[in-house]
Formats: sequence, structure tokens, C-alpha cells
Amino acid sequence: MNAILIAVIPVAIIGIICAVMLVVASKVMAVKEDERFPAVRECLPGANCGACGYAGCDGYAKALCEDSSIPVNLCVPGGASCAQELGAVLGVEVGEVEAKVAVVHCLGDCNVTEDRVEYRGMESCAAAEMIFGGKGKCGWGCLGLGDCAKACPQDAICIQDGIARVYTPDCIGCGICVKTCPNHLISLHTAKTVTVVTCSNRDKGAVTRKACTNGCIGCKKCEKTCEFDAIKVVNNLAVIDYSKCTACGACAEVCTTGGIRTFNLAQ
Amino acid sequence: MTKLIIILLSAVFINNYVLNRFLGICPFLGVSKKLDSATGMSLAVIFVMLIATAVTWPIQMYLLEPNNLGYLQTIVFILVIAALVQLVEIVLKKYVPALHKGLGVYLPLITTNCAVLGVTILNIDEGYTFLEAMVNSLGSGLGFFLAMVMFSGVRSKLEGADIPKSFKGLPITLIAASITSLSFMGFGGVIENLFA
Repeated sequence: MNAILIAVIPVAIIGIICAVMLVVASKVMAVKEDERFPAVRECLPGANCGACGYAGCDGYAKALCEDSSIPVNLCVPGGASCAQELGAVLGVEVGEVEAKVAVVHCLGDCNVTEDRVEYRGMESCAAAEMIFGGKGKCGWGCLGLGDCAKACPQDAICIQDGIARVYTPDCIGCGICVKTCPNHLISLHTAKTVTVVTCSNRDKGAVTRKACTNGCIGCKKCEKTCEFDAIKVVNNLAVIDYSKCTACGACAEVCTTGGIRTFNLAQ
Repeated sequence: MTKLIIILLSAVFINNYVLNRFLGICPFLGVSKKLDSATGMSLAVIFVMLIATAVTWPIQMYLLEPNNLGYLQTIVFILVIAALVQLVEIVLKKYVPALHKGLGVYLPLITTNCAVLGVTILNIDEGYTFLEAMVNSLGSGLGFFLAMVMFSGVRSKLEGADIPKSFKGLPITLIAASITSLSFMGFGGVIENLFA
């Protein structure tokens, strides 16, 4: 019994001394943390996508606590409900938040275009793009090596038939893929019915036609059809002015190549 | 003086804690993926090894050994090191927030790291004086730093390599670690003969 006590007591005493030291230290040297921080952090979805421009949700929450001039509507995945919760916690005005989703402006899949060369390099669009603009016949289109799919925090993008496709219900509109794509094929659109030009080829019509049967050849049929003056062919590519477009789909109907399509992006 | 230099150099190269004694393998494999996190972790380890030795050596010599409690060494050392690291973290957070942020999550992570415990116990086993023990801890920490930085370089090369599917991930990392460890075998016997 004595032998046990001799072992237990010193360890217990050392333990208690350490404990007291820690308690005293944590009281004396406590660093004040903003008590709103946990509540603010709770409002954010925790996807850590970085769409707000801060390093993850923790970073945004911290910035919100420290600086009241930072808008609460920066969180794209959280949307309007998140902004309202944040506004309630921090007691500030809420701006408007539009839910957005990513759209790929290329439909040059393996059925409509072909490979120009065989590519055996790194599995990365950025790397392939540096070598003669990738393997495909069209140098403007999707390289299909999935940089966007790897970057997507929600796994909402997959490579199908050689091009990137966004699974809209999973897309949180963070815009990381927009920055990742070396050919700048992805853009964010308001999550409702929109008409989209699904081609980014700015070559002349004949050249485009040889590369991909889905490509925009700049025939200007859409431009003539549009009642709202919302679609223009610039540099051999149809461009939609979304401040005028009503998503009526008239241009999509007349498009000779099927390069203009109307999508329902509402979630 | 020569003895101190021998202790320092042999702790860094010959008896490298990670590559020769195989202690602290967990952070060696876990945190070596990026150079900056590897550096942060190593600096935290050097720091903790030094203060842990500074505290545990007197405890062993003036508390445990006179009272014939040498068998309590392991548990007391773990207790003291854990408490100490927590204390250091609180102090750093208050007075040196920049360093606290730099060491970040690695400081609490190494409270129960076997390399830290190993250094303190081996210091006693080797019969070092206090100064020698401190030098040995510094050397061990530097050795850990060296191993981490080297291995993070190896791993960044592995990232771009075309590795067979079955070897991807941990298997190739362990193979790379063993080869890195082999390279350190070459230092055996070098330091003793430098000063002979």
C-alpha cells in the first residue's frame, strides 16, 4: 500500500501544481475574443470556398467581427438567408444576394469535335493549354482535363465526354472554377432561366466549323432575330448582354449550330 | 567544448531522431507535404524540445532520483511536458501573437510527440550534464528540422511523378522515407573521427 502511495502522491502533486499553473495562466493571460465570433461563424455554411475573398469561413467571420464596414452579403453559397442571419447577429443592413451558378461556355464534347494531337502530359488543363493550346482541334474550348473539377469544393463539376459539365443543384456559385479555367470558359449566372452561348471560339466561321460542329460561326442570325437588341456578334462570337436579355429563347431556336441554348438554372 | 560539438553534430546527423531512431514519424509523414507547414512544425519541435529538457532534467535529477522514484520518469515527463506546452501556448498567445500564429496548430500537436519525450528520456539515460542535455535537445530539434525540410522536398517531387496506382499515397511516402533514412546511414562514424 505504501509503495503505491509513494508513487501516486508525487505524481498527483506535480499534476495539481501543473493544473493550478495552467488555471492561473489562462485567467491572468486570457486573450479577449470577440464573443460574437462563434455566433457569426455559426451563420456561415462552412464550405471554406473562399468566394467571399477571405481565407475560409473563419477568416470571413473574424473580419466581420473586427470591421463593421465589411458587407454581410459576401457569402455566395449561404445566399440571402445567410446574409440575413449575419445581419441579425451583427445588427447591420443586409444588401441583396443573388444565388449564382457556374455555366461552361463550351459544348465541344467528343461527338462534335476531335483531337488534333495525342496528349500524354500532366493531367492538368493549365499544363495542356501551354502546349499549343491543348490537344483538341478547337483551341478555345474545354480542354477536358478537369482543373475545374479538381478545384470545385462541392464536387459539382465532372468531365463528361471530354468536356466539363456543371451539376447545377450542387453548384454553390463560389466562382473558384471561373478563376481556374485557363481558357476562361466558365462564368457565373443568376440561378434562373438564362440563355447562354455555349461556345467561346472567336475564329472565323469556316475555321470554327472545321474544328467543331457545335461552334459559333458568327452567322448573325441570332442578332437579327433578337427583339431586344440583346445579342451581338463580336469577334465572330455571339455575346449576350444580360441587362437586356429576357431569356425568351428566340435566338436559341434559330441558331444554325445549336450553339445558343436556354438553360433552367433555378435550384 | 569538443564534446558539446560532437553531441550537437551527432544529434543532427548520426542519431537523427526521425531517420535513425524512428521517433516522431507521425508528424514526419503527416506534416511534410508542404515546405511551410514542415518548417512551422520543425520550429515548434525545436522550441518544445529545448524547454522540455530545461524542465525535465532538473525534475529527474533533483526530485525523482533522490527519492528513488526513477520508475515514474515516463509518466511525470509526459505530464510536465503537456502542461508546459499548454502554458507556453497561453503565454505566446498573450505576448507574442505573431509567433503563436506562426506555430499555429503544431504547438499543441507536439505535446505528446514521442520525439520530444524521447529526447528528454535519452538525455537522462546518456548521463548528460544540464548543458550537454540542452545541446543535445537543440541538435535533435535541428535534426528533425533537417529531416522535415529534406523530406518535404522529396514529397514535392513525388507529387509530379508517375507512380503506379497501387503505390500512390502512403506506400510511396513510406518507401521514400526509408530511402531518405538510408542516406543518413552514411554519416555513421564520421563525426567521432572528425575530432580524433
